[in-house]
Amino acid sequence: MASSSSSGKVEDLRLVNLVKDYSGVRAVDDISLTIPAGSFFALLGPSGCGKTTTLRIVAGLEDPTSGRVFIGEQDVTIKPPYQRPVNTVFQNYALFPHLTIHDNVAFGLKRRGEKDIETKVSDMLDLVELSDLARRKPAQLSGGQQQRVAVARALINQPDVLLLDEPLGALDLKLRRQMQIELKRIQVDVGTTFVHVTHDQEEAMTMADTVAVMNSGRIEQMGAPEEIYELPKTAFVANFLGQANLMEAEVVDRDGGQLVVQAYGNKWAIPTARAVQNEGQIIVGIRPEKLRIALGASADTEATNSIVGTVTDASFVGVSTQYLVRTPWGQELIAFEQNLAGGDRIRVGDEVSLTWEKSHSFGLAGHENVDAGVMDLSGAIAEAVTESS
Amino acid sequence: MAIALTPGVPIAPGGEAPPERVKRKGKTAYFLLIPGMAWLVFFFVIPLGSLFLTSLERPLGSGPSAGYESALRWQNYTEALSKYDTEFLRSFWYAGLATIVCLIISFPLAYFIAFRAGRWRNLLLVLIVAPFFCSFLIRTYAWKTILADDGFITTFANSLNLLPDDRILATPLAVVFGLVYNFLPFMVLPLYASLERIDPRLIEAAADLYARPWIGLQRVTIPLAMPGIVAGTLLTFIPATGDFINSQLLGSPRTRMIGNVIQTQFARDALPTAAALSFSLMAVILVVVFTYIRRAGTEELL
Repeated sequence: MASSSSSGKVEDLRLVNLVKDYSGVRAVDDISLTIPAGSFFALLGPSGCGKTTTLRIVAGLEDPTSGRVFIGEQDVTIKPPYQRPVNTVFQNYALFPHLTIHDNVAFGLKRRGEKDIETKVSDMLDLVELSDLARRKPAQLSGGQQQRVAVARALINQPDVLLLDEPLGALDLKLRRQMQIELKRIQVDVGTTFVHVTHDQEEAMTMADTVAVMNSGRIEQMGAPEEIYELPKTAFVANFLGQANLMEAEVVDRDGGQLVVQAYGNKWAIPTARAVQNEGQIIVGIRPEKLRIALGASADTEATNSIVGTVTDASFVGVSTQYLVRTPWGQELIAFEQNLAGGDRIRVGDEVSLTWEKSHSFGLAGHENVDAGVMDLSGAIAEAVTESS
Repeated sequence: MAIALTPGVPIAPGGEAPPERVKRKGKTAYFLLIPGMAWLVFFFVIPLGSLFLTSLERPLGSGPSAGYESALRWQNYTEALSKYDTEFLRSFWYAGLATIVCLIISFPLAYFIAFRAGRWRNLLLVLIVAPFFCSFLIRTYAWKTILADDGFITTFANSLNLLPDDRILATPLAVVFGLVYNFLPFMVLPLYASLERIDPRLIEAAADLYARPWIGLQRVTIPLAMPGIVAGTLLTFIPATGDFINSQLLGSPRTRMIGNVIQTQFARDALPTAAALSFSLMAVILVVVFTYIRRAGTEELL
């Protein structure tokens, strides 16, 4: 039944033109991607972006409207879930409440009629450090322990692909950090392909080799975390993955490998290679930690890009201070300053200059909405409500 | 309880307030219990005791009309049971059969309503309860007409040679059918309540862990629905055992159940016999129910 997993070789997961419609609403919109065997892949996006639906299609819990799913050379698109070499760690774990931890973990092996179930289960419980709790019922375990049972229950079947649906969503922040490291360690140990669905960009970047940012059923951008963080290609990615200052500008000149843009009387430069378009209206982006903030007018406007403005808010967060700076044209920019000097040098109301390396700028298509992907308060509340339900 | 929670009550300073609050809370709770306890004492405990005393009375003359006097005549039990053992066993047989048929019909129905009905769910639940808007006597009379010898169901079944007795009415089939019909909602509703509480993700998790649908049903859905199955079978089996309406309206003297015997004995003033049979029935049901709950592993229902 699941011969491919018992043979021990790990297979690529390939999605080809995957589409899923729910009564007229397109949840997954033509997704094609290859997830290499043994990688830790994160599908990142806000709730309702289609990431969970994609995962459920891979698990076989949902049928795609069109498109195909391959594991290695095997087309599993029409296979029922119980015949796929894929296991899932469900959101809120879905542990069987009437079975002990031992029986939960043994469930998959028993269904496949494997041998040596006792040895395998005790080895797996050792791996997740739950051997002492084998005879307990799930309700008697803490959230973190239940989470590890869910991972053990799926992983013991040695699937080709392990699917994780918001696996850490129900844990508190500290435990979540711990489990992130734990999961990453387990993934490196067993070498199974992990596909991890999350709306937490930090979680995705911490754990995954490759992150795919999803929005409205499509993949907006895919790559190594540092790659897409440093060089986002869309406003949505720039805003959803971390924070970004996005300013509308117009390309006025080209100077070697650089675009010269003009915005509200300022002239800035962007490396041509870091801009998605090289003429007309453009959006200039810069990450808040790349901005240097200083009192008074800027010194060297030749080597760096700069803006002057007024500080409207300064929040001290320990390792850094987060400033909001209002530009002469009324936009509020975010700047992080690392806490090197100690003490609070700049106050609300101070005139400051923001400068940044030309090579740190990135350019996005001019027609984009600069607020795309910014998590507003109502969105955050909606997210919290969906999660708790 | 209500008094302690009233916002207007001032909270006394220092350590005196808590003990007083606890005391009040306790008193109020007992006070609220009075109507229910009084009802139970007057309409359950006293009649039960009186019934028990009746079951041991001795006849004054040769017939029931001669009257009875208080005694400890235990032979009433052995005499009644040996005389009516057929009806006794028949009651359990019919009720057991009806319970099993109810379960077989109700499980898929409740499953469908709980997991697949979507926006039709409430309508379907109303339809399950709808028969209660009409007296079950009237509904059973209606079935008498529908199942009559010249009715279309019997005629149709006969044309296919399906009926060994050439009729439905006045056969065990009609009585068991009537029991199934009348007690079906008592099976569907508890089953629905416990199926509805099952997280559909658990069923998905079973499929994800290589359980074919049939195995998933056995290993996950049915164990999790066990409280509903136990509650439903009890709510069906217990009243069906003592039922006399279905046998009286849809059956014949050959389908007499223990309920019919008790009713007849009471009607002809053979009170000790009727009381002894009632008590025996109650005792057997209690034993059956306790054994069943033990074996089903759902002690928390008690």
